[in-house]
Amino acid sequence: MPNVIDRRLNPKDKSLGNRQRFLRRAREELKRTIRDQIRTGKIADVDADHSVSMPAKGTGEPTFENARDSGRRHHILPGNKEFMPGDRLPKPGGGQGGSPGPGLSQREFEDDFRFVLSREEVLDLFFEDLELPDMVKLNLKEVLAYKPRRAGFARTGAPTNINVGRTMRNSHGRRIALKRPRQAELDALAAEIEALEANPVPGQAMRQRIAELREELDRLTRRRKLIGYVDPVDIRFNRFDPQPIPTAKAVMFCLMDVSGSMGEREKDLAKRFFVLLHLFLKRRYDRTEIVFIRHTHEAHEVDEETFFYSTQSGGTVVSTALEEMRRIIAERYPPREWNIYAAQASDGDNFATDSERCISLLEGEIMKLCQYFAYVEIIDERERHIFGATDNGTSLWRAYRSIGDSCPNFQMTRIARPADIYPVFRQLFAKQQTQKGG
Amino acid sequence: MNPTPRRGERSRLLFSDSDWSFEKLSRAYDAIETIALDDLGLDVYPNQLEIISSEQMLDAYSSVGMPLMYRHWSFGKHFLYHEQLYRKGLRGLAYEIVINSDPCIVYLMEENTMALQALVTAHAAFGHNHFFKNNYLFQQWTDAAAILSYLDFAKSYIVRCEEKHGLAAVERVLDAAHALMEQGVFRYRRPPRLSSEKEREGLRERLEYEERTFNDLWRTLPRSKGDGGERDEDRSVSERKKSLNLPEENLLYFLEKNSLVLEPWQRELLRIVRVIAQYFYPQRQTQVMNEGCATFVHYTIMNTLFDQGRIGEGAMLEILRNHSNVVFQPGFDDPRFSGINPYALGFSMMQDIQRISMEPTAEDRDWFPDIAGNGDWRETLLEAWANHRDESFIRQYLSPALIRKWRLFVLDDSAQEQHFEVASIHNERGYEKVRSALANGYDIGMTRPDIQVVDVDLLGDRLLRLQQTVKNGVLLEKESREATLRHIKELWGYDVSLAGVDAETGAMLYEHSTKQAST
Repeated sequence: MPNVIDRRLNPKDKSLGNRQRFLRRAREELKRTIRDQIRTGKIADVDADHSVSMPAKGTGEPTFENARDSGRRHHILPGNKEFMPGDRLPKPGGGQGGSPGPGLSQREFEDDFRFVLSREEVLDLFFEDLELPDMVKLNLKEVLAYKPRRAGFARTGAPTNINVGRTMRNSHGRRIALKRPRQAELDALAAEIEALEANPVPGQAMRQRIAELREELDRLTRRRKLIGYVDPVDIRFNRFDPQPIPTAKAVMFCLMDVSGSMGEREKDLAKRFFVLLHLFLKRRYDRTEIVFIRHTHEAHEVDEETFFYSTQSGGTVVSTALEEMRRIIAERYPPREWNIYAAQASDGDNFATDSERCISLLEGEIMKLCQYFAYVEIIDERERHIFGATDNGTSLWRAYRSIGDSCPNFQMTRIARPADIYPVFRQLFAKQQTQKGG
Repeated sequence: MNPTPRRGERSRLLFSDSDWSFEKLSRAYDAIETIALDDLGLDVYPNQLEIISSEQMLDAYSSVGMPLMYRHWSFGKHFLYHEQLYRKGLRGLAYEIVINSDPCIVYLMEENTMALQALVTAHAAFGHNHFFKNNYLFQQWTDAAAILSYLDFAKSYIVRCEEKHGLAAVERVLDAAHALMEQGVFRYRRPPRLSSEKEREGLRERLEYEERTFNDLWRTLPRSKGDGGERDEDRSVSERKKSLNLPEENLLYFLEKNSLVLEPWQRELLRIVRVIAQYFYPQRQTQVMNEGCATFVHYTIMNTLFDQGRIGEGAMLEILRNHSNVVFQPGFDDPRFSGINPYALGFSMMQDIQRISMEPTAEDRDWFPDIAGNGDWRETLLEAWANHRDESFIRQYLSPALIRKWRLFVLDDSAQEQHFEVASIHNERGYEKVRSALANGYDIGMTRPDIQVVDVDLLGDRLLRLQQTVKNGVLLEKESREATLRHIKELWGYDVSLAGVDAETGAMLYEHSTKQAST
């Protein structure tokens, strides 16, 4: 008899700790890979598993290895068909120390093999780059909250969840089906026996009758004991299904100036901002949609590809984008059903007289429809310290200042580096926190 | 072999469908055990069969097959690597893993069919198990009874170190120690037995006491004469070497005992890596024999069971199909060729020994006068399994008949030449040469770099001198050599140099020092 142990139910992720140590080791390189992938991928794809190639730096395991291109060695091979001693064979691979060893192919494979990072790991790496504090990371990675909802009955469960009504109904049906004697029947029999026994001179027939009745009483009592009033098979429990807490739908408007002044760097920063906002919305709402509106002197709704990768020449009239947004809201996103978020990225250029029109559009209509409107102005790294905290700046910036004062759900900031993106969100999260607390 | 089993024999079948169950496993095990012990005369550790899932098998892969292992990022890397191969379908998982421990732990995959479970039970629980228990290398160099408790100690010790000194500090030492794993074994002298838990506890207590009562003042006192020969300037180099026991082949052992910068806990880490390297050292030297033994045992047992009518034809067909996959050896020009398959070589050689002892030819009588026609192949094989490693086994038992059957040939590969040259083939002049070349190929001492500590000047610049004995002009790969030296420097604390000396001429071929690299 062997000693057989079933280990299948043992915890599976024995090497999880090793995986985490490995990822930490390769952190810098993985971060770069993720950044590149996010730059070239779609906004909505950030929130998913990513396949990355094995980072080479920092993960080598050197040992003393024989150099393949030196010295003299023998290869012993099976399957000789025609060779005779002294035959010469060309070396494979141009004759530089090629050896038909098995190690080579594996190493080559190891160099370019890819593995999959989970969503959590991707977000971790991505946010590290944005230098988000842990509180925010936690908020973003938060799993949906669930609420238990009644969903029928179950045969198993916790005692607190016993459904008494259903249990008693089952018990009743079973008692009828199995003909469990009722108490009243027993009482009647007992009374009859008592009445007969009260007779001082019982005749033969009466004694027999009493014996019969006693036997019947015994039988019924035994049966009553055998067939329980409530049996474990009767018991039903209330079943609860975890239901995601219903949250509303959200739509996110991405508005961007795509005139010639917006270069590769500006677009990359804008994209990071949009990605972050989208991630945030996705955590908060069951369903999120993204609308991309790009504008020069006229605005169009476009797909994501066009939004980020095609340029258009022309002047810059910001109000056209706002009008387009208003039109789309009216057409497709009634504010009663949708939470509307908007993020606008621009380098601050605007047609001189247009800023006034923007203010009136925003203050008059759009800000009332929006949960939140973020304006990010992407500036040059060198301008950063000049503009640091002043109210001076582009015409659009100055115009928007006044809105920021009157509307609390309007945020604006200047961004020169990825790390600058976060403060915009701090404000937003701070607001969410206080709302939650209040 | 038996044709269709007769009606009456159907009840004798150990199992009739492909699903396994614990009860069937146990019945098959008992039948296999009877044949293994009574017919083949095997001698095994008690077995412990453990059923695991494919994820757990992958886990086991990445911790070098051990049931418990300390944590390190490189295991995570290997896990990803194996997982990827498996998910892409490039490689199946092993059907079993067997651990040289007492009791012998055998992992069986839950996906295996019952026929396969029977096959791997015979293969691992009896073939490998017998080999582990009886082969002289394992007997002398590993401690099957202590290994699991030692790994348990190692794992928890490293966890404690990580808590106390931080992950990064532990990782630095382990990285460096892993780089030297191959140079961390005693090849020629017997390693000390693993100390019991109690002794280790005592050692740790002593270390902790020393840490607590450490007084820096003592260090500044002038040392008395004779307090370690290396302090005395007048002593000759040879005495210095003698006091440090140089030359030393076990780099990890040397660094553990003599490093100038390591803390006690870091030395203990080196020791752990060294002990594990030593534990696996016999396995590296006996791949052909170990797998050959297990394959021969499962083949013999399965056929016996089939002859007894205890395995159905369908199951036997499945077993044979798996068996022939395992011992498949493509020719060198086949796209599937990836070196000599140790299962195939070991199995063919053992079958060949069986043939030689039962039905020898004149040639066999000539080559193997001791065993040819002795009529007792069981005893002959038990003897070979107990007393050989791959190198000596091939040198002694590879027969001309098998060389012909495999059509083995030797290619001479000189780095300077643009061509390979066929040195020997399967003919009268070549048998000896093919055999000896193949045996050399399995000799770790011949094929792996030989690096030893030769000198260290503790009074001067404390340069640690290593020397590679260069055989056949095979040098070290430059990049990994320098990276490994940097690891040694980390453990030693001062500069390290490595010189290559030709084994025959004694000429210095190269010298590399971490000092040159840093200036």
